[in-house]
Amino acid sequence: MSDLNLQPNIPGADDFYAGLLAAHDGLSKEDSDALNARLLLVLANHIGDRAVLDNAIAVAKASA
Amino acid sequence: MNKIFEVPMYAYSRSPDQDSETPIRRPVVVIGAGPIGLGAAIDLAQQDVPVVVLDDNDKVSFGSRAVCYAKRPLEILDRLGCGQPMVDKGVEWSLGKVFFDERKIFEFDLLPEDGHERPAFINLQQYYFEEYLVNRVTELQAEGKQIEIRGKNKVSAIGAHDNHATLEIDTPEGPYNLEAEWLIACDGARSPTRQMMGLDFVGRVFEDNFLIADVIMEADFPTERWFWFDPPFNKGQSALLHKQPDNVWRIDLQLGWDIDKEEEKKPENVIPRLKAMLGEDVEFELEWVSIYTFQCRRMEKFRHGRVLFAGDSAHQVSPFGARGANSGLQDTDNLAWKLKLVIDGKAPEALLDSYSQERVHGAEENILNSSRSTDFITPKSDMSRILRDAVLDLAETHDFARPLVNAGRLSVPCTYDGSALNMADALDGPECTRPGSPCPDVKLGDDFLLRQLGGEFTLLTIDADAPDLIEEDGIEVTRLALSAKEDTTGALKARYLGDEPSAVYLIRPDQHVAARRPSFDENLFRAAIRRATGKE
Repeated sequence: MSDLNLQPNIPGADDFYAGLLAAHDGLSKEDSDALNARLLLVLANHIGDRAVLDNAIAVAKASA
Repeated sequence: MNKIFEVPMYAYSRSPDQDSETPIRRPVVVIGAGPIGLGAAIDLAQQDVPVVVLDDNDKVSFGSRAVCYAKRPLEILDRLGCGQPMVDKGVEWSLGKVFFDERKIFEFDLLPEDGHERPAFINLQQYYFEEYLVNRVTELQAEGKQIEIRGKNKVSAIGAHDNHATLEIDTPEGPYNLEAEWLIACDGARSPTRQMMGLDFVGRVFEDNFLIADVIMEADFPTERWFWFDPPFNKGQSALLHKQPDNVWRIDLQLGWDIDKEEEKKPENVIPRLKAMLGEDVEFELEWVSIYTFQCRRMEKFRHGRVLFAGDSAHQVSPFGARGANSGLQDTDNLAWKLKLVIDGKAPEALLDSYSQERVHGAEENILNSSRSTDFITPKSDMSRILRDAVLDLAETHDFARPLVNAGRLSVPCTYDGSALNMADALDGPECTRPGSPCPDVKLGDDFLLRQLGGEFTLLTIDADAPDLIEEDGIEVTRLALSAKEDTTGALKARYLGDEPSAVYLIRPDQHVAARRPSFDENLFRAAIRRATGKE
C-alpha cells in the first residue's frame, strides 16, 4: 500500500496556488463549486489508490 | 377489450378443506400468488411437495410493475419450466443511453459474454410473467402434481407454533381454518403476515415520489434503456424510458417529495408531462399510471421457526437496478431445495437457517447497491448534487468518470461468500466460480451447462476422475463429466479451470458452487456434501 504524502510535494507552490485561484477568477459561487468538484474527481481518479483516497478524506475531515 | 390483468386467472372455488370439521394440515402453504409465491410453489411442486397457494385477489398483477428480468432469474425460470415463454415474449436489450440536461453524455452496452443461453436482460410486463407462472401451475396439475392456487382466500390471522402454523382464512363464502407444516410468506412489501406476527422491517425511507406511466404508442425509439438526469422536460429531476412488448413503453418521472399524489395521477396532469417528454405530436394511450415512493429495508432474519419470508415481504429495495423481483426469485431458488430435503428428513431443520443467512447477505448487497443508485439519482444535499453534476459533466468527454455515473446497478446474482454451507476454496481457479458463486453458463455443443446441471446436487468433473454416483446420508450426487479439450469456445476453461489442468466441483441444486478442488477426494467431498446440507 502506498502512503498518502503529507510532506511538501509541489514544486513552485506559490505558482500552483495562483493557478488554482486564477481558475476561479470571475466565476459565480455556483460555477466555482462545480469547478472544485470536477477538479476533485480528476485528481482522485489520477491517484486511483483507494487506501490513499480514504486516508485523504480522513485527513481533510480532521483538519477543519 | 379487457386487459389481461382485469380478468380473474384463478377465480375462487370452494375447497373441501373449508368443509372439514377439524382444520386440514398441509405440508406447505404459500401466501401470495405473485411472481415469488408462484415461483416457490412451482419449484416445490416439481419436487413432489404438495403445496397450496393462498391469495386475497384472483387476478395477475394490476399494471406492468416489475418489468426488467435479468439473466440469472431467467435461468431459474428455465428450471421452473417458464423461461422460454418469458424470453419469447420479452424484449431483449443490452444498450443504455445516459442523458444530462439536453445532451447525451454516453452509452453503455451490458455486452453479455458469449456462451450464455439467456440474455443479460429482457423487459416484460409483470402480468405476463404471472400469466406464464399460472399456466405452468395448470400444466403441473395436469401432470398430477399437487399444486393449487386458491383465489379470494385472505389470511386474517396466523398462529406460529413449534412444528406448524395455523391460519384463519376469509373467503367469499365465509372463513375457514387451515394448518401448515411450513408457511412461506410471499405477500409483498406490506406483508400482512409480517405485520400479524409483529416482526420488524427496518431501513431507510427515501423522501421522493416517482410517477410511473405505461403508454401504448407506435414510436421509433430504439430498444434501449434511456435515462435522463435533469432533463429539460422534468427540470431538476430524473426520467427513464424503457420498451416493453406490445408497443408499451415504461416511463418513470421523478416528481420530488412535496406533491399531491392524487392530483398528479390524474390524466389531465400526466398527459402534459408525457407530451413534454415525447413531443406534442406523438400519439399515445395511457395503459397504467401509478405513483410510488420507496424504502430500502429488510427483516433481521427471513426464517421465524416454521414461517419463511421471501421476496418483498422479507426485503425491499428502490427500483433502480431491477433488484426486486429478480432477487425474490433467487430467494425461492435458495429455499425450495432446502425445504424439500428438510421435509423428506434428509437434512436437519437448521439447513433452513442458511436460507436466511445467505439471502440476508443477498438482500444487503441489493440494498447497498440500490441505496447508492438512489443517492446518485436523487441527491439529498447541495454538495451531493454538485458532485453528481460534476461526474455527469466529466463523463461526457472523459471515460474515467463513466463508472461513477450510477443510474442503477443492474441486478446480478450474489455470491454466498462466507456461507456456512461452503468448503474453503481448494482450487487456484477463476474468481467467478469460487465457493458460493452461482455457476456461470457455458455452451456445450448444442446444449448449455446450466441445463445439464439441472436442479439436483451434481459433481462436475473437468478432466478429472470421480465415481458416477456418490450417496452420502441420503443425498445422491450424480457426476457430470466434461473435458476442456472438447470445448472449442474456451469458456469452460476460462470460467471453471483458469490455469489449473483439472477441477472437481460440488454444485448445489440451486447451481451455486459448494466446494471445488483440483481432483476428487472421497472423504473431502463427502464432508462437503454434509456441510452443504447443514450436517456439520
